[in-house]
Amino acid sequence: MKKKKLSRKELTYIKILVPIVLLFFLFNTWPMLNGFFYSFTNYKGYGTYQTVGLQNYIDLFQDERVLHSYLFTFKYAICGTILVNVISLIMALGLNSRIRFKSALRGAYFVPNILGGLIIGYIFSFIFTYILPALGEMWNIGWLKNSILSSPTYAWIGVLIVGVWQAVAMTTIIYISGLQTVPEDVYEASRVDGAGKWTEFFKVTLPLIIPFVSINLILTTKNFMMVFDQIMSLTSGGPAQSTESISFLIYKNGLDGGQFGFQCANAVIFFIVIVLFSVVQQQITSKKEEQL
Amino acid sequence: MTLFSKKDKPAKEYKEHKKTNWVLTTVLVLGTLTVFFPLYMTLVIAFKLPSEMTNDVSGALALPKTWSFANFTEAMRVTDFWNSLGNSLLITLTTIALSLVVYSLAGYVLGRTMQKYKASKFIYLYLISGMFVPFAILMMPLVKETAQMHLGNQLGVILLYLVFYMPMNTMLYAGYMKNIPVALEEACEVDGATTWQTFWRVIFPMMKPMHATVAILTALGTWNDVMTPLVIMSGTGINTLPIAQLNFQTAFGTNYNLAFASYTMSLIPILLFYIICQKQILSGVANGAVKG
Repeated sequence: MKKKKLSRKELTYIKILVPIVLLFFLFNTWPMLNGFFYSFTNYKGYGTYQTVGLQNYIDLFQDERVLHSYLFTFKYAICGTILVNVISLIMALGLNSRIRFKSALRGAYFVPNILGGLIIGYIFSFIFTYILPALGEMWNIGWLKNSILSSPTYAWIGVLIVGVWQAVAMTTIIYISGLQTVPEDVYEASRVDGAGKWTEFFKVTLPLIIPFVSINLILTTKNFMMVFDQIMSLTSGGPAQSTESISFLIYKNGLDGGQFGFQCANAVIFFIVIVLFSVVQQQITSKKEEQL
Repeated sequence: MTLFSKKDKPAKEYKEHKKTNWVLTTVLVLGTLTVFFPLYMTLVIAFKLPSEMTNDVSGALALPKTWSFANFTEAMRVTDFWNSLGNSLLITLTTIALSLVVYSLAGYVLGRTMQKYKASKFIYLYLISGMFVPFAILMMPLVKETAQMHLGNQLGVILLYLVFYMPMNTMLYAGYMKNIPVALEEACEVDGATTWQTFWRVIFPMMKPMHATVAILTALGTWNDVMTPLVIMSGTGINTLPIAQLNFQTAFGTNYNLAFASYTMSLIPILLFYIICQKQILSGVANGAVKG
């Protein structure tokens, strides 16, 4: 009797899981396998194609545009991750201290996160192209007079500013919830021991919120590596292809540029890079974790 | 997660720490200008006539002489606003509804059986591994696949979202099952309820805190997403709100007043949602990130 009932329950479990796994396979694993397959072909996105072995991968490492997109994305992700985490940690410490209007302020600083990257990009593009140069004229500051977005050397900083502006919101909220896990008596003990503010932060607070630092580092790096929306609206990869991120290049040349197979190979490499990043970061931060 | 509870203030405190830090409060209040300035600028430009936009800073940033809704009605006409809004709402709301059902079922079954069955543990890890797969590698094959399946439309986008957010949310729900005692289900079984009945009447209502987190994360992710509808529905003339802004950039031309009226309208729905559900959104987002 009991055994029969258990198997009916198991049957229900199977009935639930099978369609879900099928759906996941159909729209995640299957396209990924297809991507691997196409990466070994010279498919243009239309017409016929042949398999070309590893040729796409060999070409990939000699393609200046691809290499540049990796360089741009890494530069953007590293600077972005550092800036976002430093700013957010300072913001979180501020928003978690004895201030007035605490929840209103926390609410206000989160607003950039809920707004779409594309529209924010358009708004900032106006600030960079009209407002800042106009200020430059008004105060006679030479370097402000030209739009940062039209300079191949500095356009990436414009994209970085917008990326950081949006990402800080989310990261700060996570740091605040981290700071709230530190019990007050730990601080009291460190004050009794005569620790100053700096010592307290580096020796007490920071080690205790390391799990949150690790979450934030992984989240920000991943998000910055996949930057797309802001590039679309701020620079469209320009000027002179100086701000083409990996995702943007795959989208642009893969779907419109007749490089379907080649960009699939690029995407495979990108996928490997993302996995490596996550694994390495997890390893580094998990070593530093400290238990209370 | 107690981001906003009144227990923020610990009971035991040194007197010197009880005082409100007014300097910090002022700095943080002034700091919100970095958040609100771009929004202020968007709003005033949206209400202005093109003739009021002189080349200096005040031309862009001063309050409009008359508050006219002409730009808004024109932008609605040009960008087919109501249709885009309808599509955005349809996609986001359907995705949320399906998400809650599908992920909670998957999380329930996997959370309960993972320890017992190897197959279930394997399925769990298989679904979770999707977290490392960047959209870039799926993008091109998915465009082909959805076109072949006649899913280059709203339904296709919804199904893709359901799959993209599956790893993270299944993990959240599976983790949450630890908070629901097995004894409850056993009691239901003794009363003769089937597994389905037990799930819908007992488990699903008990997962309420997780539903809030998942619904909010899904809402923010889908509403602002550009890449998926851009590649899946391109050439069909079906727009979501962000895609409409992208597609009508050329129609706006140099009429920034029209463009900013359009941006304002596409920001309003999500801002309203945020103002109404601010607390749930902040704790939901922190919850999702920390547990995920």
